[in-house]
Order: sequence, then structure tokens, then C-alpha cells
Amino acid sequence: MEKEQYKKLEQNVTPKPPYLKNVAKAFFVGGLICTIGQAVSLFYMIFFNFTEATAGNPTVATMVFFAMILTGFGLYKRIGQCAGAGSAVPVTGFGNAVISAAIEHRSEGLVLGVGGNLFKLAGSVVLFGVVSAFFVGLIKYILVTIGVVSW
Amino acid sequence: MVMSFVFAFIVGGIICVIGQLLMDVGKLTPGHTLSTLVVVGAILDGMGLYEPLIDFAGAGATVPITSFGNSLTHGAMAEAEKHGLVGVLSGMFEVTSAGISAAIVFGFIGALIFKPKGNID
Repeated sequence: MEKEQYKKLEQNVTPKPPYLKNVAKAFFVGGLICTIGQAVSLFYMIFFNFTEATAGNPTVATMVFFAMILTGFGLYKRIGQCAGAGSAVPVTGFGNAVISAAIEHRSEGLVLGVGGNLFKLAGSVVLFGVVSAFFVGLIKYILVTIGVVSW
Repeated sequence: MVMSFVFAFIVGGIICVIGQLLMDVGKLTPGHTLSTLVVVGAILDGMGLYEPLIDFAGAGATVPITSFGNSLTHGAMAEAEKHGLVGVLSGMFEVTSAGISAAIVFGFIGALIFKPKGNID
């Protein structure tokens, strides 16, 4: 069978994802996680003198902590199974990817297992984040130097 | 006060919907989806568009993974403004420090105290 024929056959056989249902679930779960994040932000702004601009940093760390607890008890996967991107896109999904890899490879030892696999799943996010930030920063620097835009 | 929660819910929800559509309609894997969103966040900050979104939506913009790209770029540009080209590298992790360090530290602690359940990721 030709490659393209196979592709067509595969497309016909694969069930279509329930788009609307998935979108609704992603919206509600993702929105809910961000609302919890907003409560954490307010907590840092009221009790620890963070401003709206700086509260994001400790908020993200706190959300990652929540992700560790949920991942450790095996609850995050259950949320993820019904929420799809709703639980993957918030930073808790990033935390879950790191922490689940760490727990999974614990049996291979702390150095080679946990150390070597910590960023097995989340590494691509760090890589593409840093590389794109580098090029965006570089382009902005060049544009400022030649006087097209200002900082 | 109440409205800040509403805006966080709506904007955060919309960003997750975009991720869901990339996965369902665009047929991307979760890894590709998250990488795409991070790059989008970095580019939006380069054009100066992400900061207004944070002012408007608070955690609705800082909790989704797009904010990771945003804060990497933000740190890089803030430092480049002060110290020139080398600042792009030295400022990179300045703003987003807590997310990365929390993930590493809690990942290590999690590996020490939790046992694998076979259904954790």
C-alpha cells in the first residue's frame, strides 16, 4: 500500500476527537487552575508586599508545589485524563511533567535516575523557551541599536 | 477584586482552549503544544503585548506556560537594556527563577517521599 493511501485509511479509522467537549473541559479546568493562581497571587500581594507585576514569580512556585502534592498521590493524571490541555497548559502541568519523571525514575538511583531524567518530559519547554527568548532578545537589541524601536 | 478572578478564569481558560485546539485540530503532541505556546509567549513579550495581558488578567496570564516564555524574554531584554548584548544571556533566568527552581527542588523532594504508582504522569 502506498504511504498516502495508508494515511487516508488511518484518518478514516481514527475516531474524531469530540472537539466541543474537549474545548469546554479545557476551558473550565484551565480557568479554574488560573483562578486558584489568582487567589495565591492576592495572598502574596496582601501579606508579602508583592506587586501585581512581581507576584507571578512566587505564584508559579506555589502552583508547582501543589502539582507535586497532586502528582505524588496520583491525582494529577486523573485530572489530566478528563481535562486535556486544561491541566497541561498551566504551569502545574510543567511541574507535573518534572515531578512525575523524578518519581518514576527514582528506582534507578538519585543521580542517574532522578538527576538524569528530571527534564525528560519538560526539557523541550525549557529548551524552546530559552532559545526563543534568546533570539527575541537579540532581535530587539539589534532593532534598538539601529534605532527602529526603543526599549 | 471579584472581577480579577473572573478575568483570570476567562483568560486562563482561553489560553488552555488554544492549547486544546492545537492538540485536537492541529494534531500536535502535548510536548509540541507546550513548546509552541512557550515560543508564542516569548514572541508576544518581544512585541510588548504580554505585559498588558498580565495587567488585565493577573494569574490568568502568569499561570499558563506562555508566561514562562514571557518571563525568560522579559529578563533577557531588561538586562540587555542595562548591559548590552551579554545581558540577553545573563538576564534570561532573572524573572522566571522561582518556577524553574521550584520544579527542580520539588521534583527532587517528590522523588524522595513518594512511591511510583504506575499512573502518575
